[in-house]
Amino acid sequence: MAEVKVTDDTFDSEVVKSDIPVLVDFWAVWCGPCQMQNPILEEVAKEFEGKVKIAKLNVDENPKTAAKYGIMSIPTLMLFKGGTSVKQMIGVQSKETLAGEFKKVVN
Amino acid sequence: MYDVIILGSGPAGLTAGIYSVRAGYKTLIVAGTKWGGQLMLTTLVENFPGFVEGIQGPELMMNMRKQVERLGVEFLNTDFEQADFSSRPFKIKAEGKIHETKSVIVATGADSLWLNIPGEMQLRGKGVSTCAVCDAFFFRDKNTVVVGGGDSAMEEALVLAKVAKTVTIVHRRDGFRASEAMQKRVFSEPKIKVLWNKAVTKYMGSDHVTGVGLKDLKTGKEEEFATDGVFIAIGHKPNTDKLKGIELDAKGYIVKKEIKEKGLMKYRSATSVPGVFVGGDVHDYRYKQAITASAFGCMAALDVDKWMEENEKSS
Repeated sequence: MAEVKVTDDTFDSEVVKSDIPVLVDFWAVWCGPCQMQNPILEEVAKEFEGKVKIAKLNVDENPKTAAKYGIMSIPTLMLFKGGTSVKQMIGVQSKETLAGEFKKVVN
Repeated sequence: MYDVIILGSGPAGLTAGIYSVRAGYKTLIVAGTKWGGQLMLTTLVENFPGFVEGIQGPELMMNMRKQVERLGVEFLNTDFEQADFSSRPFKIKAEGKIHETKSVIVATGADSLWLNIPGEMQLRGKGVSTCAVCDAFFFRDKNTVVVGGGDSAMEEALVLAKVAKTVTIVHRRDGFRASEAMQKRVFSEPKIKVLWNKAVTKYMGSDHVTGVGLKDLKTGKEEEFATDGVFIAIGHKPNTDKLKGIELDAKGYIVKKEIKEKGLMKYRSATSVPGVFVGGDVHDYRYKQAITASAFGCMAALDVDKWMEENEKSS
């Protein structure tokens, strides 16, 4: 499985200190559009396997990280490279948009 | 070459998929990025028959999708770039590829309208939202505004009332067009207040919403109103921008062309293009229910079946 689950406790090790770029999906079970995003994420995760990590953060269970990054709407997708956020996308994103952003950060 | 390509994956598109694949047609659903349609933005659906305790909108759509996938319909999880109905086979362009098909069912639905006022694009996701179900969580003990007067505005307000400190509905008229049942629930919720005859003219705040500008439509007086979040529920616009060569009405909805034969109804879901049929909110601005969209999708697929038998049998 190319997607990893991250929490307030593991965010630093899984995202901030990751060797490769990470896309964090801020989501919750009660959010329909977050479910829309899933099949698209699965497809891009496969395409960029080993190059970009897909991390899912449940905002309900991990409010600290969501608050830290000022999340006020979900789904929000944030792309991290070298520990810093390089792109924030609000709302459901298409495969093309994500692939385009990934290509910019993949060496 | 597909027999049927279905554009859209709300109740209309998915129901059409069930009927199409069960009739033996090679079927592709171009589900779009925002698959599942408007029900993905709802909570409890109590008016779809068969669910004793009701069902969550997103769950209903996920179940429908799984059912359609199990029956063997192919899915494309991207938005199409253009649908060209000017010649047969019809051509649907998606991900840079052209998909050819003998027939099409358009079930692209309708999307939420935005206010299109200064500050809106910058503050989307920073306090401006069209989905209270998704975002109410971030407005616990905060002040919120809902704009609109229909059923969806009522639902947004009721969802917000569960967590927010205050909910103020701003409406352009002096009465709601929402159903009696929804209005009753809103008026009996003490957290919800209503400002009548007012329009939102601008957003305030740079990195997040701090307030809105309101204009009184009777007196013309303008004022500023402090709020942490603004939820827009002012209606929908049909998704017909990318359809080429099909007749639309003045508001952009697909025009239906009922075709009779010997005085009897033959095709109820036909459009101006033979072989292109329509279902759901992209042509229906009257009923707009999950169950009617499903029914329209079913009719479109049955019409396609009849049309294919008469027009494409040899191939």
